[in-house]
Amino acid sequence: MTELTSLTLADARDRLRSKDISAVELASAHVDAVAKARALNAFVLETPEQALTMAKASDARIAKGEAGPLEGIPLAIKDLFATEGVRTTACSKILGDFVPAYESTVSSQLWRDGAVLLGKTNNDEFAMGSSNETSHFGAVQSPWRREGSNTPLVPGGSSGGSAAAVAAQLCLGATATDTGGSIRQPAAFTGTVGIKPTYGRCSRWGIVAFASSLDQAGPITKTVRDAAIMLRSMAGPDAKDTTCADIAVPDYEASVGKSVKGLRIGIPKEYRLDGMPFEIEKIWTQGCDWLKAAGAELVDVSLPHTKYALPAYYIVAPAEASSNLARYDGVRYGLRVPGRDITDMYEKTRAEGFGAEVRRRVMIGTYVLSAGYYDAYYLRAQKVRTLIKRDFEQCFAQGVHAMLTPATPSASFGIGEKGGADPVEMYLNDVFTVTVNMAGLPGIAVPAGTDAQGLPLGLQLIGRPFDEETLFALGSAIEREAGHFVAKPWW
Amino acid sequence: MNVQSKPSKFITGATGDWEVVIGMEVHAQVSSKSKLFSGASTAFGGAPNSHVSLVDAAMPGMLPVINAECVNQAVRTGLGLNARINLRSVFDRKNYFYPDLPQGYQISQYKQPVVGEGVVVVDLPDGEAVSIGIERLHLEQDAGKSVHDKHPQMSAVDLNRSGVALMEIVSKPDLRSSEEAKAFLAKLRSIMRYLGTCDGNMEEGSLRADVNVSVRKPGEPLGTRCEIKNVNSLRFIGQAIEHEARRQIDIIEDGGVIVQETRLFDPTKGETRSMRSKEEAHDYRYFPDPDLLPLELTAEAVEALKAKLPELPDEKKARFVRDFGLSSYDAGQLVAERETADYYETVVKGRDAKLAANWVINELFGRLNKEGKTIATSPMSAQQLGGLIALISDKTISGKIAKDLFEILWTEGGEPRALVESRGMAQVTDLGAIGSIVDDLIAQNPDKVAQAKANPKAMMWFVGQVMKSSGGKASPQAVNDLLKSKLGV
Repeated sequence: MTELTSLTLADARDRLRSKDISAVELASAHVDAVAKARALNAFVLETPEQALTMAKASDARIAKGEAGPLEGIPLAIKDLFATEGVRTTACSKILGDFVPAYESTVSSQLWRDGAVLLGKTNNDEFAMGSSNETSHFGAVQSPWRREGSNTPLVPGGSSGGSAAAVAAQLCLGATATDTGGSIRQPAAFTGTVGIKPTYGRCSRWGIVAFASSLDQAGPITKTVRDAAIMLRSMAGPDAKDTTCADIAVPDYEASVGKSVKGLRIGIPKEYRLDGMPFEIEKIWTQGCDWLKAAGAELVDVSLPHTKYALPAYYIVAPAEASSNLARYDGVRYGLRVPGRDITDMYEKTRAEGFGAEVRRRVMIGTYVLSAGYYDAYYLRAQKVRTLIKRDFEQCFAQGVHAMLTPATPSASFGIGEKGGADPVEMYLNDVFTVTVNMAGLPGIAVPAGTDAQGLPLGLQLIGRPFDEETLFALGSAIEREAGHFVAKPWW
Repeated sequence: MNVQSKPSKFITGATGDWEVVIGMEVHAQVSSKSKLFSGASTAFGGAPNSHVSLVDAAMPGMLPVINAECVNQAVRTGLGLNARINLRSVFDRKNYFYPDLPQGYQISQYKQPVVGEGVVVVDLPDGEAVSIGIERLHLEQDAGKSVHDKHPQMSAVDLNRSGVALMEIVSKPDLRSSEEAKAFLAKLRSIMRYLGTCDGNMEEGSLRADVNVSVRKPGEPLGTRCEIKNVNSLRFIGQAIEHEARRQIDIIEDGGVIVQETRLFDPTKGETRSMRSKEEAHDYRYFPDPDLLPLELTAEAVEALKAKLPELPDEKKARFVRDFGLSSYDAGQLVAERETADYYETVVKGRDAKLAANWVINELFGRLNKEGKTIATSPMSAQQLGGLIALISDKTISGKIAKDLFEILWTEGGEPRALVESRGMAQVTDLGAIGSIVDDLIAQNPDKVAQAKANPKAMMWFVGQVMKSSGGKASPQAVNDLLKSKLGV
């Protein structure tokens, strides 16, 4: 049965349709794989019974010729997505055993299209982190290890559980969210594909909010084609989210493998950092060569405000988070720690319910919005954001179709290795990805090679607003040359 | 701000005259079926927590979606206040923790409200009209309600009101007396009820006011203000201002200074007490709500709303003065409520306008007030009152008999003309019948005749006697004419 878990989403779909395999077989194989991989801590909740029930229903629909685009495909859902009747905690103690009475728009569209729920995946608490170490359920171990080493590595974050589950072949795809790099960085760390679509492409309704103006849902999958298939189901207009764009979703899969000849690819010079590992430089150059060989035209571009993106991000995101997380007050749901009076109850509940990183960001956010500091921090950061956006717009206006950059400044690192003394060390992981969130653009991370120790490295493609199609075309061109990267099971 | 009030509005203290300066923040609940950002019902009086959506309860991942009808209501109100409509406005989050505020923030409009400056003309009982500036009007969410008497140690929360749309209307500090403040709020209420944008029900909390009060010596710069929260009736607003102004004057005259603070009005004691000082004031950490796009309106949409506005109190009043020849004060009384104005317009159709106004204002309003009724629950219809006035005008009944008829119509009902006929209330204009009464009186009272000849005013004695003998049914005009000719005056 193990071969069923090594299928791509696209292959599984085709074999289900031709009735070569059944949805129940496929779900069972994955349910077993999930159960055997608990050492990874990728799932915070397994839903095997629900998976089999849904798979049976899929088989019935396939038999009747009513298969949806994702019929019978077993997926994992990041614990940030509200799932009706299934515990949803954002991996925070403060949500306790919260069971939503509603389904997020994105996941409901996956079920509409026939997908099967395997369980909820681990993530950094409220998606605040770049290593999945801030989760209340504990760190996720990457399926990848350095050659000849048993050191447990991080899968990246915040969508670490989703990336690890896909990389370890526990599911055919997983939902994820990306506020500053939380899809692309873990995808790059685990040799998987992750796309953060344009802000507004996917509805945010029913996704536990971190930073509303930056949060965006997207898939993590084994291949670019799988990401295209999954995003098509996830995306689309939603009247329940005012910031969700009323734009029809194209058939992304049709862009996979499409010629990239004549596309102008910008190479932003500001992404060449001092002290960047040689291997990152190398795969970047390699990526350039591949695209050039495929007929794309490379142009040097400048995005002069890049260096301000990370500091500005760490003002805007915590500011919004400090307000978004105010609802976790112990009054209506989740954890409540009794206190002498209402203020004492708030303080005790939030002190105990939130982990250290969340508390830090709530405090930063509260500070930067305070009277007397608002103009100096929040307002300025928003101005920087406008400038970052303009940098990109100017490049696109000059005929650049997309940009190619590294996805991360390094390969995966050991659990407990970074950020212990200085949180900024961890924040630097997002240096290549935050600009994309700040500008609201689509970005895809595609595996492009490995470092000297055999760990995957990814490249990032940044596209024009609502032009995910070009990213799928370019991503598949890189994928064709780079090949696939599969972790050797140790678990 | 530099509006100088008449000395008659000054308050006298130990050191001379003081001028009170008042600004108001009025919270008016928008009349709409559903809440500002959710589809939950706004109906008053449901079982606790029965009108609560996932959004209102701030469940994880819920997002607000603006209710277009609430925006239209705010724009209509803005137009009714002669105010500038801002085609672009922004919703902000006002952050603070409170159990009946599920999101931990109120969605409000801080820097860019939907409605800008406007002006409201307020008529005062002494006939003076003052223009009160409107600073702004913005939309915001109401909070839920905390209930503290259900449990000895805990409070209960009812979220039915949570997320209901409110309009906060802020006046400029242009008000100079408690009378003006009351009249201003009454006028706002009247305008919104005409527009159908707020039912103005102060008992149910649909209309609440915070009052900013300061005092100064006439001609001097503004003094330090205190804000009195949530005063929920016109009478209490008057009391709160009177008390607060006096309190501030006493402090200053005793050599003290006013501390800027928020105060609560205690209706049982008729006084205000300190709630929190400026130092204790919250830092609300306002910032634009990233879940909502800026609110963009088109000039065409605003024009379309403007074109459909009903006739508002000021226009109606001007028309009543112009077309019916009423005094400004009478017209103002008639138009304060749309229902009253409609009632009057039915009464006046084809009838004497001033007479109709007198009867509506004096007899009808007086009776309604006395019995705690409103125009909607009046036992007498506009058609009945109109019929009564027609009978006066065509001299079928005298004014005095008309009052008796009013009483019958009020308590028993019926058709006025039929009642007059069936009960023999028509006035006697038969000169023969009246003439014999007059002849008898002249013969029996030579002294009164002499007086009347010397001073025609003394003729009134005869008039009274004739009316008395005729049971009030004699036509006063006919009696007068007859007496004049018979007495030769």
